[in-house]
Formats: sequence, C-alpha cells, structure tokens
Amino acid sequence: MSAQAEVSRHAIRGARWRWSEAAFWLVVLACAFAFPSRYLIMADIARLALFALSLDLILGYAGIVSLGHAAFFGVGAYSAGLMALHGIITEPVAALIAAGLVAMALGFLTSFLVIRGADLTRLMVTLGIALLLEALAERFSDITGGTDGLQGIEMQPILKLFAFDIFGKVGLFYSLAVLFLLFLLARRIVHSPFGLSLRAIKNNPLRAAAIGIPVNRRLIAIYTLSAFYAGIAGALFTQTTALASLDVFSFERSADLMLVLVIGGAGYLYGGLIGAVVFRMLQEVFSTITPQYWQFWIGLVLVVIVLVGRPRMHRWALWAPNLIIKQIAGRKAVVAVPESDA
Amino acid sequence: MTSALTNLFDGVAYGMLLFVLACGLAVTLGLMNFVNLAHGAFAMTGGYVCAVLVNQAAWPFFLGLPLAFVASAAIGAVLERLLYRHLYARSHLDQVLFSVGLVFMSVAAVDYIMGSSRIFIKLPAALEGQIDFFGVGIGRYRLMIIVICGLLTAVLQLILARTRFGSRLRAAVDDPRAASGLGINVPQVFAFTFAFGCGLAGLGGALSAEILGLDPYFPLKFMIYFLIVVTVGGSSSMTGPFLASLLLGIADVAGKYYVPKMGPFVIYTLMIVILLWRPNGLFGRTAAR
Repeated sequence: MSAQAEVSRHAIRGARWRWSEAAFWLVVLACAFAFPSRYLIMADIARLALFALSLDLILGYAGIVSLGHAAFFGVGAYSAGLMALHGIITEPVAALIAAGLVAMALGFLTSFLVIRGADLTRLMVTLGIALLLEALAERFSDITGGTDGLQGIEMQPILKLFAFDIFGKVGLFYSLAVLFLLFLLARRIVHSPFGLSLRAIKNNPLRAAAIGIPVNRRLIAIYTLSAFYAGIAGALFTQTTALASLDVFSFERSADLMLVLVIGGAGYLYGGLIGAVVFRMLQEVFSTITPQYWQFWIGLVLVVIVLVGRPRMHRWALWAPNLIIKQIAGRKAVVAVPESDA
Repeated sequence: MTSALTNLFDGVAYGMLLFVLACGLAVTLGLMNFVNLAHGAFAMTGGYVCAVLVNQAAWPFFLGLPLAFVASAAIGAVLERLLYRHLYARSHLDQVLFSVGLVFMSVAAVDYIMGSSRIFIKLPAALEGQIDFFGVGIGRYRLMIIVICGLLTAVLQLILARTRFGSRLRAAVDDPRAASGLGINVPQVFAFTFAFGCGLAGLGGALSAEILGLDPYFPLKFMIYFLIVVTVGGSSSMTGPFLASLLLGIADVAGKYYVPKMGPFVIYTLMIVILLWRPNGLFGRTAAR
C-alpha cells in the first residue's frame, strides 16, 4: 500500500458525513418551524452564517487575515439592490447569482493585490479596499442613494412561485436554502485535494511551494470563491430586507464578522454557523442590558477570548459534549477542535 | 498662488500632527511587530483628558497638553503591563482581534461618559486667527502645531539615535534574545516605549481636537490614517513615518481642497498603489520581518 493511497484513504474518511452533522441541520430546520415569531432574526443569523462561512474559507483554511471582507458583502448587496431597483434581473435567484458573480469579479481583481506582501500589508490592503468602496458609494450617491441607501426596492417572487411576505417566512427559508447549498459546496471544496492543499499553504507556504503546490494560484482561487460567497450573503441581505445602505461596507461589519468566526472557531465549516448564532444571541442580551452601548460588551468578549486563548476556549466549550459522547458512544470528539491558526 | 501656499502650510501642519499621533504606532507596529489597531483610543483619551481639564476645570491650555500626555502614557503603561505584553508573541490575528475589542470598548465607554457629540477645546486667544506672512495666511494654531511637533520629532530622533536608551531599544527590537543576553531588560524597554508612544498619541489627540475633530468614533475614523503612516513609511527609522505623515497630510489637504468630490478616495488609492509598488513601505527595509 503506497503512501499516496494511505493519504487519500485518510482524506476520504475525514470527508465522510457524520450523524452529528445531519443532526445539526435537522435542528436548524426544526428551529425554523418551531419559532414562527422569530423569522426575521433567524434569517439574519442565516445571512451572517453565510458571510462567516465566506471569511472562514480564506481565514480558517488559507490563513489570509482580512479586515475588509465587508467590501464583497457590500458589492453583493448593492448589485442585488440595483438590479432589483432598475429591473435588470428581477428574478431573485438569478439576481443572487449575478450579484455573487459581480463580487467574485471584484474578488478576483483584488486578489492580486492581496496575495502580495505579508500579513500586515494584507490587512492594510483589504481594509483599504473596503474603505475605498465605501468612499466610492458615498461619492456616487446618485446611483447608490448615498447615506439614505437604496430605497423602494421591490422583490419579485422567488422562481416566480414564492412571494416575499411581511413576516419574513419566505425570506428565512430562502436564506436557509441558499446557506445549505453553499455549505454543501464549501464542504465539498475543503475536503477536496484543492482544500487540502490550502491547509498545507496555511501551515507553511514555503513548504507548500516546495512540494509543488502553486501557492499564489490557489490563494487567488480561494479568495475569489470567498468573495463570491460574501457577495451572495450581501445580496441575500438586500433581497430579504429590501434595503442597502452605506453601512454594508463599514469597518464594524468586517470586525464583527471576525468576532463571529472567532467565537465559532476558524478552520472548520460549522464554526461560522455556530458563531453566527452565538453572536446574535450575545448581541440580543447585551442590547437588552445597555441598549446604546452593547458594543462595549462585544469588545470585552473579543478581549477576553484573545486573552484566554482560542484553542483553550474551544477545549472548554467542547468538554461537556465530548464527555456525553464518550459515555454514550464510547469515543471522543463531537467536532474536531479547530486547528490553531496562523 | 498664495492659496496654494496656505494649503501647503495646512498640509504640513496636518502631517506633523499625524506624525505625533502615529509615531508611537510606528514603534509598536513597525519595530515591535505588534498590530495595535487601538492606538487611536489612546489619542482619544488624551484629547478628552485635555478637554475636561481645560473646559471644565478651567486649566490653561498649555498645562492641559502635558497632562494629556501623562494620562495617556499612564493608561498605556498599565494596559501594557496587564494585557499587551501577553500578546507580543501571538499571531497577528489575535492581536487584531484584541485591539479591535479595545477600540470597541473605548468607543462605547467614551460615548457613555462624555456623550456622542463632537467636543471642542477652548483655545487661548493668542492661538486664534491668522498671521499674514508675505501675503500667505498662516493659522496661528497650525503654526504652533508645526513648532511643537517639529521639536518633538527632533527630540525623538535624537533619543533614538544618540542616547543609551535609544540604542537599547534598537537592540531589543533587532534581536530580543541577544539583547536580554547582554543584560538589557527587554520587557522594561518595551513597556517604557509603549507608554511613551501612547503618551505622544495622547498629546496628538489633544492637539488634534481643533483640526481633526474629537468624538467617540475618533479611534475608528483615524485608524486607517495611522496605519497608512506606518505601513507607507516603513519601519527602519523615524524618518520614514515622518515623511509619510507629511506626504499624507499634504495629499489629504490638497485632495480635499482641489477635488473635494473625490473625498478620501485619493488617500486610499495612493496607499494601495504605494503598498503594491513597495510592499514594505516607501522607506522600508527590503527584508520582511
């Protein structure tokens, strides 16, 4: 048995569906049916989860730290809004894909800027791109509506069948469906040889290059894909809320997104999804304590997480579930502890 | 012609101010390789301390300035000892998350204590108005900024290049292990430098209330400017960030005056172009650290 066969057997086993994953999605679906009064917030969580998934692809799997991921979210949001407003593509699913493609094109173009330089330069360039787009959106306010945002967006029924309703039911199921489909795609990608090579790059770019992985091309590819995901998340935001304003580009959005991913854990796909749920709940709790100043507590959470250390944090979080699994099934680990990152 | 000179003068004053605000970051980020996005929070602290002292306790403005320095430096020293020092060896991502957390906390805290509106510091009458210098209008306040910041820059450069502390700092940054082997107390040097940088930021914050505006969102609004100064300026010496600040100040003032509609567009584009052309900054060393 060659080493190559051994590796591929290992990789295939890692990619197998586990019953806990199926349970996760069943719980998600059950929640969607169980809380009819919470459609709006659940749709919001689904969008955030998709956005976090997009950041996870570059941060967790490829090790690219981005401070301006809101750029793609914003481009997706405005593209979807403008398409609906001017009747260019009225069918939501087609518009969603088109908006994702616009963001993807931008991601492809900017990826060349991002792969140059080390961490710090990347931070600056990603941040700069997001700020630049925000400035542009403000400058061309005749197109984007400036600080008021795009107004009067009316969405057509999805696939000409399901009209958006005022309670957000259709919006929620639409968002969940998109999230699930894109999650499947992401899952397939990160377990493919391509995804494995990304992890190799993340762990050590020099070594990855030495064993023949085209580092820059892989990074460009994943960055472009991640921009597509973020664009879709943005477009979903516009379609389900019928608004798009300048704050889609804001730095806070990018920073919050990092928090989401850090809470959930970077480097495994469920991290973004769990993080999105926890983040929104935290936000709810904090804004009931101090309505205007919830940001303080969010900041505190960030500081504490970093000081405690993320790997340790995740070990604590997984301690109880692991104990239960151990008692019942006699084996370890519900979900793998995310790798420590770059 | 004269308006161009006035603009140039304003730009230089603005640039000098940015340098004082950001030079602490040039050391922590450029030399110690710590991504401290919360640098603006220290500047804001200094600004608010000065504003409270001058406006509410009726201290003279020139006494408020050193106090702004002292307050920010003290807070910087405490935070460095308590929190920052644990993170020097951590990944950039951790440092970013931590300092973003601090920014959020400082923004909300100042908003809670001082309110969200912009505040002004009462200036002494001697600093108001303009002087006419061969037909070029020169703001007195801006002239003072240039004088103060120019002196500070010269002193900083002297400290770094000529004093024992300066050589210790450079040694500690170049190779912490070798430096501590030679008997240099590296953590102490770092702590002192960090606190001093925060103090300078506080002083800059107090000076900038008049020009940049002071409100709880200061750290977020100007974060990118500080980062530009450091990344574009590179980290090999104080000269790089200084020239970068001047360039940024002049470009920003000129951009706002001549192409007001493009707004901050000019600056961001310039930054991205420079970073692409020279990823280690205009005046940086070639080897990536």
